Amino acid sequence: MAESTDRPVSLPRMVATLYGSRIRSQASFRTSFVADVLGQVLIVGTEFLELWVILAQVGVLGGMDLTQVAVVYGLGALAFGTADLFFGEIDGLSNLVRSGKLETLLVRPVPVLLQLSSLDLSLRRIGPIGVGLAMYVTALNLSGFAPGPAELLLAVVAPLAGAAVFGALLTMAGAMQFWLVDGREFANAFTYGGNYVATTPGAVFSLPLRAFFTFVIPATLVAYTPTLALLDLPGPALLPQWSGWLGLPAAAVLWLVAALLWRAGVRRYTGAGG
Amino acid sequence: MLAHGRIIAASFRQYSTYRMATAAGVFTNTVFGFIRASIMFAAIAAAGGELGGYTALQAATYVWLGQALLAPVEAFGTREVSQRVHQGDVAVDLLRPIGFLSLYYAQKLGRAGFLVLGRGIPPLVVGALVTGLALPEDPRSYLLGAVSVLLAITVAFMADMMLNLAAFWVIETRGLSVVYLAVMNLLSGFLIPIVWFPDWLLGIARATPFPSMIQTPIDTLSGRVPPAEALPLVGTQLVWVLALASGASLMLRAGQRRLEVQGG
Amino acid sequence: MSTPEDVPAISLQDLSREYVVRTRRPGRLGRTRGVVRAVDGITLDVAAGESVGFVGANGAGKSTTIKMMTGILQPTGGGLRVLGRSPVPERRQLAREVGVVFGQRSQLWWDLPLRDSYGILAAMHRLTPAQHESRLARLVVGLDLSGFLDRPVRQLSLGQRMRGELAAALLHSPRLVILDEPTIGLDMVSKEGLRRFLRQDRAERGTTLFLTTHDMTDVERLCDRLVVVNSGTVAYDGALDGFREALGAPRELVVDLAEPRREISVPDGVTVMAVEADGIRHRIQFNGGEHKVPALLAHIGAQAEIADLTLGEPAIEDLVREIYARGR
Repeated sequence: MAESTDRPVSLPRMVATLYGSRIRSQASFRTSFVADVLGQVLIVGTEFLELWVILAQVGVLGGMDLTQVAVVYGLGALAFGTADLFFGEIDGLSNLVRSGKLETLLVRPVPVLLQLSSLDLSLRRIGPIGVGLAMYVTALNLSGFAPGPAELLLAVVAPLAGAAVFGALLTMAGAMQFWLVDGREFANAFTYGGNYVATTPGAVFSLPLRAFFTFVIPATLVAYTPTLALLDLPGPALLPQWSGWLGLPAAAVLWLVAALLWRAGVRRYTGAGG
Repeated sequence: MLAHGRIIAASFRQYSTYRMATAAGVFTNTVFGFIRASIMFAAIAAAGGELGGYTALQAATYVWLGQALLAPVEAFGTREVSQRVHQGDVAVDLLRPIGFLSLYYAQKLGRAGFLVLGRGIPPLVVGALVTGLALPEDPRSYLLGAVSVLLAITVAFMADMMLNLAAFWVIETRGLSVVYLAVMNLLSGFLIPIVWFPDWLLGIARATPFPSMIQTPIDTLSGRVPPAEALPLVGTQLVWVLALASGASLMLRAGQRRLEVQGG
Repeated sequence: MSTPEDVPAISLQDLSREYVVRTRRPGRLGRTRGVVRAVDGITLDVAAGESVGFVGANGAGKSTTIKMMTGILQPTGGGLRVLGRSPVPERRQLAREVGVVFGQRSQLWWDLPLRDSYGILAAMHRLTPAQHESRLARLVVGLDLSGFLDRPVRQLSLGQRMRGELAAALLHSPRLVILDEPTIGLDMVSKEGLRRFLRQDRAERGTTLFLTTHDMTDVERLCDRLVVVNSGTVAYDGALDGFREALGAPRELVVDLAEPRREISVPDGVTVMAVEADGIRHRIQFNGGEHKVPALLAHIGAQAEIADLTLGEPAIEDLVREIYARGR
């Protein structure tokens, strides 16, 4: 092969091309896209309305007032929305398995997970991200957030760690479908259920439920405990204030499991033949 | 009528074969039931044992009945008909000797029949064992409740049909369904009982068919609203069935005309 | 290239694949477990640059074999190497050197203009911009894509889309091209267009071609070697020309005599099927492996003057169908 001055596409450039192609294609259906984003915003809004209605009646829920709950909700929605943007479509793996479309992804020289993440990227999910971010920042200000350097760092790291936690959960949910093609909804209990828990003050849950959604599915570590640490609030049993810093290690452990599960899933697929 | 009976039975049987999907759905419904019940219990405890006419036991009943009804009512909507409209397959449906709406309604009834048993009962059993359920004192509540559930399924079906039939005029109905889902979620009383709403929001909710899909059957079946008071609520459901059915058939006729003019 | 030319492009050794099938019997709890052998000991060597038509009925094991060759499926028995690699563990490396078309499954991006699919694939294969441009230009001309390069894939006709699919598989200039039913559902003109370009591209680059099809014309136009699989095993492997003889399929000789004659004598093993036109036309069937046409003609010519003759070859389709029938 003749050596030429032009270079092969670099790895970051390839990744950018994959994500970029998707963004362009979705912007082309403009009206439906706008309706879609608005709908997503509305869903996030109405779910918060649930908490707002309750707090309007009782004043304090799980030891938190409305602005504090809004911090939890905003942070949780921001984290889940970000993860959902990049990994939400992995949930549709069973459809790819059933239709045989997965085979066309397997004969390309790029990891399947990267292909799924980039090529099915759903831009409408920027709606919840926007709402979550706005709510997180506004509610932090309203609740008298007086950060030292450590708190400031946590405020920035927490949404990223939370997104990583949910990203790993969504990947595991997808990987599970290599075994349970019809059991897609099982995973919803952990992904969407985890999101529900994450956007709620963790003190409302009974001890077994709280333990499950901390040690097995670390949903309380995404938004609730970081909010305790940020606003210097006391935590309930099992969830001391310092556990607000555990998001990142939890994400690391979860991703290790997710990667192993995904690899085993692909192996199972190539072994069993779909 | 015979044909409809067969469709109902076939649809029931078809859904009863999706065992894994049913098990998965039951599991997820149940986990969500626990999460929702936790939030309601905390709210009621904070309010001193009762909130907006709900005790903890009644709230638990409300949550588990809501989880049980979610699958049969299919309040989250379906997309089959809108896809058939887009792909032009609807023309085939319209040529069948059996009416379009009644064909899909029969399928829906068969499906709902299975979903009530397969996905509705298990979360109720789990709820009864773990949190307990408040059962109605008046046996007539069961009868009226059954009628109310059937009407709720019908109201949700007609509203869903209208949404799907919008595909005759709108190229992409996804956005529409997402907005519908968001509004339904809140105003139907699925997330929290609508009587907890502030007055302005309660007024809005009562002006829509959404409470007829979830709140009314739950209240009627649980006996929280005694039969005598539930009767007008069931009447409201009936009015919504008639209104939405007329709306859906008008849309269908207009869509059919559009097909004939434009040739699909 | 990393692998020397004398390494076979494809080497299958007693390759087998079993599936476990669970079926529910009516009126019984539980399921019965059965084993289906989709591929049952296929041995095959394909040299670099060779062109093989891999033919068989539905369910004969063609797709399963292709899945194993591309690393999508692990064999349950035997071994295989493709371009010197072990497909499943080296799936992604292999993908850089192999181009695959699954006739029934699109590899293009439905809602993007066709051109964008090539941009994405070029990035995936990490081509240089110059490689990408020159190769795409070649494919656009060869497969006549220019008319619809900027149209979204969902708006393309089947013929246009299949040309697009083939270009997608060839964009990274693969050494081995595997085509699974590339002409299915296409009209004659589109089929010919695809075949013409595949021949050109192979002549230019010396690609190895492995092709499954239901259309024997694909094989006749594109392949120098035919492999027929039946029930997961190789039923025939050899040159396309030798296929008819190896099979011992009967050929038909039709002679028109100058003078009518009620009957003519033929050598043993040759049969007169029919006498038509009051003794002018005689239809004779014989085995091409045992009897040669000149000897046969001499034998008949000694009895009567031959005015005209036609020699009928059995269609390849009929022969392949016959192999399937024998295997059952």
